[in-house]
Amino acid sequence: MSHRERLTASEGEPVATINDPARWNGTGGASLAEFAAQHGLRQSAARPSLPAYVKALWQRRTFVWNLASAKTAATYSGSHLGQVWQVLTPLLNAGVYYLIFGLLLGQNKHITNYPAFLITGVFVFTFTQRSLSAGAKSIGNNLSLIRALHFPRATLPLAYVIMELQQLLISMAVLIVIVLLTGETPEISWLFIIPVLVLQLIFNIGISMMIARMGAFIRDIQQLLPFITRTWLYFSGVFFMIAERVDKISGHGHHWLGRIMEANPAAVYIELVRFALLDTYHKDAAQYHLNHGLLWLYALIWAVVAFVGGFWYFYRAEERYGRG
Amino acid sequence: MVKALKERSSVAEAQPEVRPDPTREPIVVVDGLHIIYRVYSGGGNKGSAATALMRIIKRENRPQMKEVHAVKGVSFIAYRGDAIGIVGTNGSGKSTLLKAVAGLLPPARGAVYTDGQPSLLGVNAALMKDLSGSRNITLGCLAMGMTPEETKASYDSIVKFADLKAGFIDYPMSTYSSGMGARLRFAIAAARTHDVLLIDEALATGDAKFKRRSKAKIDELREDAGAVFLVAHNLDVIEETCNRVIWLDDGRVKMDGDPEEVLGAYTEATGK
Repeated sequence: MSHRERLTASEGEPVATINDPARWNGTGGASLAEFAAQHGLRQSAARPSLPAYVKALWQRRTFVWNLASAKTAATYSGSHLGQVWQVLTPLLNAGVYYLIFGLLLGQNKHITNYPAFLITGVFVFTFTQRSLSAGAKSIGNNLSLIRALHFPRATLPLAYVIMELQQLLISMAVLIVIVLLTGETPEISWLFIIPVLVLQLIFNIGISMMIARMGAFIRDIQQLLPFITRTWLYFSGVFFMIAERVDKISGHGHHWLGRIMEANPAAVYIELVRFALLDTYHKDAAQYHLNHGLLWLYALIWAVVAFVGGFWYFYRAEERYGRG
Repeated sequence: MVKALKERSSVAEAQPEVRPDPTREPIVVVDGLHIIYRVYSGGGNKGSAATALMRIIKRENRPQMKEVHAVKGVSFIAYRGDAIGIVGTNGSGKSTLLKAVAGLLPPARGAVYTDGQPSLLGVNAALMKDLSGSRNITLGCLAMGMTPEETKASYDSIVKFADLKAGFIDYPMSTYSSGMGARLRFAIAAARTHDVLLIDEALATGDAKFKRRSKAKIDELREDAGAVFLVAHNLDVIEETCNRVIWLDDGRVKMDGDPEEVLGAYTEATGK
């Protein structure tokens, strides 16, 4: 079921071109093409126009939601605990990271509420990480569906991100409980989580569409991706405070590295959720002169750029998914 | 390559000439279509790490590649209401041709023009094999662009048409027999009217009862002025269903016309 090797990876050129038109037109090909044009026939499987594509996509919104729910149910259908795993998985994740980075390595010197700090980071990052790895598989795992039925292919990466969103919402409920247990009090600022996660969702949709196209034509991406996301994880301030680290790096004269770390989209979304949720974190970070406006600006720009770029990139290869 | 070109072009002229019929409305026009794809022929050990490493050491970019010229200058016109059977021996390019009409293989030369989006029903039975039959029905209908209401309305008729054993509708499609999977798949695809439906051996695994029902469905699709293409090794199915037969031989059209005539010649040639 794999895509056959293509001569050109970037655009939908034929596998081989024969450069001698005259001798191949034995039956008068031009007249057939004219005949087709007269009756308004178009080249098979051409890419629809962008407005038509967006319209078709909007029409499939129920499909996207149903596919996401069905896939979630199917993922856990083989296990005894079933969808209880949707709650258990983030909890166990948080437990493992707390054991290593909280207790074993003792990272919590400067952070008052380290468990809540850490678990927030893990959950928010997991949303992006899993959207990315699901996106990479979204075309390759659905080839028989793609080949049998016609629908906008962008629904597939979209459905996988929605599936991760459903998981995230459960994780967030778990997170709220943990945060309350660690002694934080509910505040009106908690509502800021919603716009942050919406922006993160838009960002995730964008990057998973991008990786979906890459994964569809270069299968090696799936082998490579775990290393990329793990590196990203360690850079995104899940275990440490970005502001503190940037302060230290800048002291060594590496200002540019500090700027990059601050602009890292995963770190931006994690920080914004932490600031919304953890009152104690505000106090911890106060000494580092954080620019909150800049964080929000980064969050917005990343979402828009990733979404527009990723969607456009995915759409440009629409007619080629499932070929081979 | 040049030598091969000459050889092929001389045979290409031998293919029956296609004359457009101005009185009928075309739905698929295949114009001098060539399909070439590349396959690895690594001598059976292409996947091992050691050979991959040797390749890198020897500075070879790719393992041995072989070009397969599967369809060689095929031209024909399918009109609205046609049910076209495609016959030929194994490897004569039947499935490749259908994939190209569906837009799943890019032409090396020539072109395929269609009205609307062709749908290809292949041999691999499941749409989403980890999901239950009923989920597949719902999702399949929604993916084809039906509204949730339309999906609900056609659900029962799809189940009835697929005629699965009791209870199987709630099992994952991976547990289905190939015949059951093919039936459900065909039932889902047939729930919506298609302009062009391409069926690649998808009916072969069905029993006699299902064949009768699918023939009725194909007739219905033809009346809706679409076109149906049918690849089958079982010539009876083609004889009963189709109004026209194309005989492919080594990627070329050998005959194109009335079922009785073409099937007669084909049977004689293959000595069945």
